[in-house]
Amino acid sequence: MTISISGDVSSRSIATKRRLGRDTDAVPAWLWGIGVFVALYLVLPTLFVIPMSFSEAMNFVFPPRGFTWRLYENFFTMPLWVGSLLNSFVVAAISTGLATLVGTAAAIGLSQLHGHAASFIRTILMIPIVTPAIVIATSVYIAFLQWRLVGSLTGYVLAHAAIATPFVIVAVTSALGTFDRGLLRAASSLGASPFRSFVTVTMPLISRGVQTGAILAFVTSFDEVVIAVFIRSPSFQTLPVQMYNSVTVEIDPTVAASSSLIVITVSCIFLAVTIFGLKKKGI
Amino acid sequence: MSMRGSTGLIANLAEGVRRGTQIRLENVTKDYGLAKPAVDRVSLTIEAGEFMTLLGPSGSGKTTTLNLIAGFQIPSEGSIFIDCNEVSMLPAHKRNLGMLFQNYALFPHMTVAGNIGYPLRERRMPKAEVARRVGEALELVQLLGRDDAYPAQLSGGQQQRVALARAIVFEPRALLLDEPLSALDRRLRADLQLEIRRIHREVGATFIFVTHDQEEAMSLSDRIALFHDGRIEQVGSPETLYARPETLFAARFLGESNVFPLGDDRVGSSLSWEGEHWATGAGAVSDRAMNSRATALIVRPEVTSVSHSRQEVPAGVNAVAGTVIDVEFMGSYRSLVLKLGRSGIDGRARIKASDHTFQPGDPVIAWWQPDSQRIVAV
Amino acid sequence: MINSRINPGWFLLVPALVLLTGVLYVPLFASFWRSISTPSWTFDHYLNLLTDGVTLKVLARTAISASVVTVVAFALGYPYAYLMTRVGPVARGVLLTIVLIPFWTSALARNFGWLVLIYRGGPVQQLFASLGLGDFPLYGTATGVTLAMSQVMLPFMVMPLFSALGGIDRHLLLAAQGLGSHPFKAFCKIYWPLSRPGAVAGMILVFTLSLGFYVTPALLGSPQQSMVAQLLAQRTTELLDFAGAGALGTSVLVITLLLVVWANRLGGSAVNIAGAR
Repeated sequence: MTISISGDVSSRSIATKRRLGRDTDAVPAWLWGIGVFVALYLVLPTLFVIPMSFSEAMNFVFPPRGFTWRLYENFFTMPLWVGSLLNSFVVAAISTGLATLVGTAAAIGLSQLHGHAASFIRTILMIPIVTPAIVIATSVYIAFLQWRLVGSLTGYVLAHAAIATPFVIVAVTSALGTFDRGLLRAASSLGASPFRSFVTVTMPLISRGVQTGAILAFVTSFDEVVIAVFIRSPSFQTLPVQMYNSVTVEIDPTVAASSSLIVITVSCIFLAVTIFGLKKKGI
Repeated sequence: MSMRGSTGLIANLAEGVRRGTQIRLENVTKDYGLAKPAVDRVSLTIEAGEFMTLLGPSGSGKTTTLNLIAGFQIPSEGSIFIDCNEVSMLPAHKRNLGMLFQNYALFPHMTVAGNIGYPLRERRMPKAEVARRVGEALELVQLLGRDDAYPAQLSGGQQQRVALARAIVFEPRALLLDEPLSALDRRLRADLQLEIRRIHREVGATFIFVTHDQEEAMSLSDRIALFHDGRIEQVGSPETLYARPETLFAARFLGESNVFPLGDDRVGSSLSWEGEHWATGAGAVSDRAMNSRATALIVRPEVTSVSHSRQEVPAGVNAVAGTVIDVEFMGSYRSLVLKLGRSGIDGRARIKASDHTFQPGDPVIAWWQPDSQRIVAV
Repeated sequence: MINSRINPGWFLLVPALVLLTGVLYVPLFASFWRSISTPSWTFDHYLNLLTDGVTLKVLARTAISASVVTVVAFALGYPYAYLMTRVGPVARGVLLTIVLIPFWTSALARNFGWLVLIYRGGPVQQLFASLGLGDFPLYGTATGVTLAMSQVMLPFMVMPLFSALGGIDRHLLLAAQGLGSHPFKAFCKIYWPLSRPGAVAGMILVFTLSLGFYVTPALLGSPQQSMVAQLLAQRTTELLDFAGAGALGTSVLVITLLLVVWANRLGGSAVNIAGAR
């Protein structure tokens, strides 16, 4: 960027003279420094679980002693762990299905309504996102006690579907935002009934949003720990509950293996998706 | 652009004409509960095979009327007839009317062929038949070979042609066009205007075209329905509307006018305006003006001449004094911007391109033949 | 489409409303109702919160912790988000991935990582010992909880900030410099004010989340230095004081909702930002 210095010499023009030799738009080194520091701060602490997962000791002392695959063995063989893992998958799968159906319908419904009543309903549907999980967990626990839903698959599915639905609504609403309503009129003028227009035009175009919503719902349910801890029973619990118990109730270092698996799996999936996305753009 | 090779499509569309696709609106009103209805007691008969344009400024009700015909809205009052069948309550997807939209409304997730074949697939036509007709339609709009492309890969003009193919491939009873050229630049617009006009001539189906562009309306239409504030101001051929506007609004909307408001000093074989005595021309009072208290006299700039003094003004013309405000070179003529009369009415006149004798500030006399003026209702 | 009397959109909302009302709002309301009607019409449970000597202390501790978390997250998150707006697309993708992975990784796994770090005899303690700081336990303290939460909350600060900062036209800064402003001054006078709404919204979001957070205090804290979330859990499952728990829970919920409304007013929809992860 050329800066023309005209007329009087002032301290400002001296500053601009100095800048002439450098690109004013380069990212300064100190900013990169902070960035790297924050990146490490975000990533490093979590990485400590990986070496821990190979420890032979029955505690959480770092650095770990010895090297063994025993903890991973535990994770995949001990009924408490495997059972929890399977429960997590089942609960997540069913609650995702429910939340996606219910949430997509609600998002489409909201997109067609306007006015105060509609914004009011939208706010109501968003409240679970901002409600602290502990408040939901305690209230739901008490209610489930009365309704005999504690420690049941149904209870878990209902609770997780309820808190996942707002995320689905947000994702689908976002997809609908870019959706051109005129397309539905065009489909109508071409002879498609409202139902057919929905199936042939709306659904394909919002499918990306619905997928995103479904993934959000699945992750929300699979990772959900607070409500899960409260509505558990000895005979039914999810993986996060088991992990929580192995730290607070009965020290079980298998939690290290569990954590490592989750971290590595999620990271790999994420990196794969990102690289795939970059490849698609031709980088 | 040639029409050969599409005998099937054109023949079937022309058949629609012989069967008579007349569209009639009877006292149609659409009320949204606001101060004024969007469409106010509109009655109109669009003859089979006619190119009718609904013309008017934004908010005049022309698009709402088209939507009512299409079936996207239900009239609050009145009836709509297609081929003498009342369709006011018939859902849009059953009306069998083709429609072109301003933003093309092509389905982004389908190819060109997918888009054009859509109405045929919705009518459960066998695959082979669909493919054949899509091919015919592509030939008609000259986009053969692009059937695998997605709308995002096409230019604006190409997209509109795909939309056109899609709107006629299922042989609709009539074609509704909602400002389909507004999104295009000037050159493309002119090209597509020609194409639309040619398709209409070849095919002969009923076309209902909505636009706010009066030049477009005049060049394309058989008849124009001029909309104003939800009502139809005047219906007629472009020539009729231009040469014999009924109201001031019509006179101003189509072409330019010099407007002289008349108070109660009119009627009879002569009229006066600010002391000038003018002759009434031959048959120059509009019917609406006859029954209206407020009227105005209009003269088109292209028939308004100017002279430097009264002496140079020919005999038997109507004249008024004024001042030149500006001179604009228009290529084939010069346009003089004037202030006329004591009240300083804005006006325009034309002089030869080679005439350099008028400068801003010059006092002039504007004059015209009495026969070229018209008295309209205000 | 024909304008029918009743917009069909309403029907589509029914399943979601039924699900959320039945599973969440009825229990929440029941908690509230219990808190004002047990054993009969009373505000005692709420008054008890103020007078039992524990609740207010815990609330204060939680508020202070949340404030520290917010400040730390902001101090680290703002430059990081700003960096993300300055770099090229590949680097931005990497930085974004680094922020998003913690988002998606189980909170438990992340907190467990911190547990390993600050546990008795762990790396942090060893570091303190080698620096001569003696025995400064972090595990089981509010300080440790705060430290861990700052990292856990950081993505929640970066995401809305990046969204807000990304919307600021860099040309404004360049224009200011071209007009003679020192880069730092240009930042203070132009960039910061424009980013303020998004920054404040992010800060309120993190503060609100930190107030009610349960996982970190439960794993890394202790009953002696507990946060509000632990208190609420204790009331419910150990003391079985459902009415008191209802009072505390309702109070926390109301405070949270008020903060969210305030955040909304200041800068965009915090709800959408939280939900957009």
